[in-house]
Amino acid sequence: MSDVVLDVRDLRAWYGTEGDPVRAVDGVSFEIRSGETLGLVGESGCGKSTLGRTILGLLPEGAATAGEIRYRNRNLVTAPPKEVRALRGPELGLIFQEPMTRLDPLMTIENHFVETLKAHESDAKEKEMRRRSLDALGAMGIPPTRFKQYPHEFSGGMRQRIMIALALVLNPKVLVADEPTTALDVIVEGQILEILADLRRNFDTALLLITHNLGIVAEACDRVAVMYAGRIVEQGDARKVFAEPAHPYTRALLESIISLATTDLKYIPGAPPSLIDPPPACRFHPRCPSAMRVCSTKDPIEVSIAAGHVTECWLHGPEDEIPAGGEQPLEREEIAVAEEA
Amino acid sequence: MEAAARPVPRAVAKPTGEVLLEVTDLRTRFALRGSFAQRMRGRAAGSVKAVDGVSFSLRRGEVLGVVGESGSGKTTLGRTLLGLAPATDGSIKLEGQEITGLSEAAFRPLRKRLQIVFQDPHASLNPAMTIGESVGHPLRIHGIARDREQMRVRVVEALERVGLHPAEQYMSKYPTDLSGGQKQRAVIARAIILGPDILIADEPVSMLDMSVRAKILELMIDLKRELGLTYLYITHDLATAKFFCDRIAIMYLGKIVEIGPAAEIYDNPKHPYTVSLLRAIPEPDPTRTVARDLPRGEVPDAVTPPLGCSFHPRCARAFEVCGWESRDLRTLLEARWTRMPEPEYRAEREVIGSLDEMNVPSTSARIEPASGHTTAEVAEIIERLRIDAPDDPFWKGVAAIDTEGPAVSIRFHEGIEPRDVQEGPSRLQCHLYDEDALAAAQRDAAAR
Repeated sequence: MSDVVLDVRDLRAWYGTEGDPVRAVDGVSFEIRSGETLGLVGESGCGKSTLGRTILGLLPEGAATAGEIRYRNRNLVTAPPKEVRALRGPELGLIFQEPMTRLDPLMTIENHFVETLKAHESDAKEKEMRRRSLDALGAMGIPPTRFKQYPHEFSGGMRQRIMIALALVLNPKVLVADEPTTALDVIVEGQILEILADLRRNFDTALLLITHNLGIVAEACDRVAVMYAGRIVEQGDARKVFAEPAHPYTRALLESIISLATTDLKYIPGAPPSLIDPPPACRFHPRCPSAMRVCSTKDPIEVSIAAGHVTECWLHGPEDEIPAGGEQPLEREEIAVAEEA
Repeated sequence: MEAAARPVPRAVAKPTGEVLLEVTDLRTRFALRGSFAQRMRGRAAGSVKAVDGVSFSLRRGEVLGVVGESGSGKTTLGRTLLGLAPATDGSIKLEGQEITGLSEAAFRPLRKRLQIVFQDPHASLNPAMTIGESVGHPLRIHGIARDREQMRVRVVEALERVGLHPAEQYMSKYPTDLSGGQKQRAVIARAIILGPDILIADEPVSMLDMSVRAKILELMIDLKRELGLTYLYITHDLATAKFFCDRIAIMYLGKIVEIGPAAEIYDNPKHPYTVSLLRAIPEPDPTRTVARDLPRGEVPDAVTPPLGCSFHPRCARAFEVCGWESRDLRTLLEARWTRMPEPEYRAEREVIGSLDEMNVPSTSARIEPASGHTTAEVAEIIERLRIDAPDDPFWKGVAAIDTEGPAVSIRFHEGIEPRDVQEGPSRLQCHLYDEDALAAAQRDAAAR
């Protein structure tokens, strides 16, 4: 097995508000190996984008972090911001959701590359920069004849490819892609997924792919981490998690997808909770069809289901931690139809 | 999740066969403004054919899905049906009454019968109006409710019907107090409050979270049954369309390229574009992978669409008569250069003069050598291009290559504009299914 590139332990991130803080990431642990793609999924507002930004040190001012992000014997959480900034780009790359707004309309594609390369490698030679830029663009299917054009001369899909090429030209070890295909058409999305698949085969990039689309995870990811209300509730091999989801939330999320094979509409009752004041104990218990008494009184403990497959759910034990009578079904109020996300 | 699961039978209200809406050869064009200099000289900058000759009928109780990528014209089609974008040509008949070309005043009463739900529920609601005011607004515009009490009763009824229960609790709230799904319910309440016959739903669930989409779709199915609604469901998402629609129309660059019963479109797609759309969807099943042979490129610019069949530059099955042209040659050359290491690309690029001549759509293309280079060198690059990708459908379109003279000129077979052909229960525009086009292609191939 390849090396662990990024090791995240008990990571927390809060946003300050006028009242209590928003605990967007609340004790999250995972690792990514080189050449591996980890999919991060969950409903909107579960903290997945915040997690991606925390790793890159891109949280707004006023946000606080704790825990560990181990990268090359350094803890990025406690490292000076200057050091993290130097890593961003050549070591830790980022692809955003909206390619339209991330390129400078007044700069040619060539200048975007020159600026990126010069910022990180001040001694880069012009000829060498040109060669590397065209190689990166070529790998994304952008013709070299268009090197001197401006962003507005490209379609949405091409702009997203240019963004990926800009991230890859520095050859980062870790790449965080936040909803990279959400704004794109289905065929272009397929083309970008092919590119990402080639990426993990040909380079040793570790990719964290943040998406709400479980179809993309099934298509492009080796492992998957399911996030709910700031926590990772299940994590494991993508095929295994899809085939046998352990956490009721994962199962509900998988069932709620409308795919070509859908014959019944299913959904998750209720809405994801507020991250200022989430429900006590297991955060999913108010929406969970299998909730037990213990789920509303005691924090779930991470249990291992199989090699590399973990979940936080009392249904999987550990049994000796469940208080007497804790396995009784939880009695709850009916959730109204419109109480939804 | 048994508690939340509920099998919803498809097509609950059977289409009665009575045609509610008849659209014939509808066209909607938008004029381009052009540059200041062009306008000074009185030169037209051309137009975008957003909807380009669309025909279909909608029967009472039916759900017709209009599926396409961005730029396909599906949203403009919906807006044209509602009179929000003026039709340039063609006819829209609502129960026999022609509704194109009507003045705003004449159209307004028809809006009681034709309503729309837009994609973004947040942008659809006035942030300064309470939910109660927004939902009741159509009653005021159309002067239906006589007094406050009557209005309140109608609004409560509409809110309850869309599941915003108890209605009193939602009436005084503002859009920002509601979640995305709740806002879309309010928008739907406003759309049904006048008791319309037809609801045009333009991507009603695509801005919503996966886990909420099913609830809104289920609501729309319930409303259809309870209120006898007829839907035009505009979407880019073939999965929700499959679940929801009785018939599907696939749009590409302003045209319906295939239309037929939903089951036929999904089980037996015919147009190569429909086939590739269906193959491109990432399914949540890790044992299946998306096809690796997706169409190249993206939806082209609608200002200067490809000659012949608009899909031909991306189509793997295109042949002689599909409309091959100069721009296709440029695309092929650029694709070759994209795959090359930089020095090799430079060497080839230096031989060829300007590429811009190829940007003008034409059934012939001329490539001049750059100064200091010869026609023979250019011809050699074209030959390498052919050796590199001999199976590219492009070569079927080439009628002759002339390497004598000061430039290499390539002549393409004359393209044919696709026309509607009936194939089983589906109607489509594709030369693969048109016997006349196939025969013309055979003649072209023989003459080469």
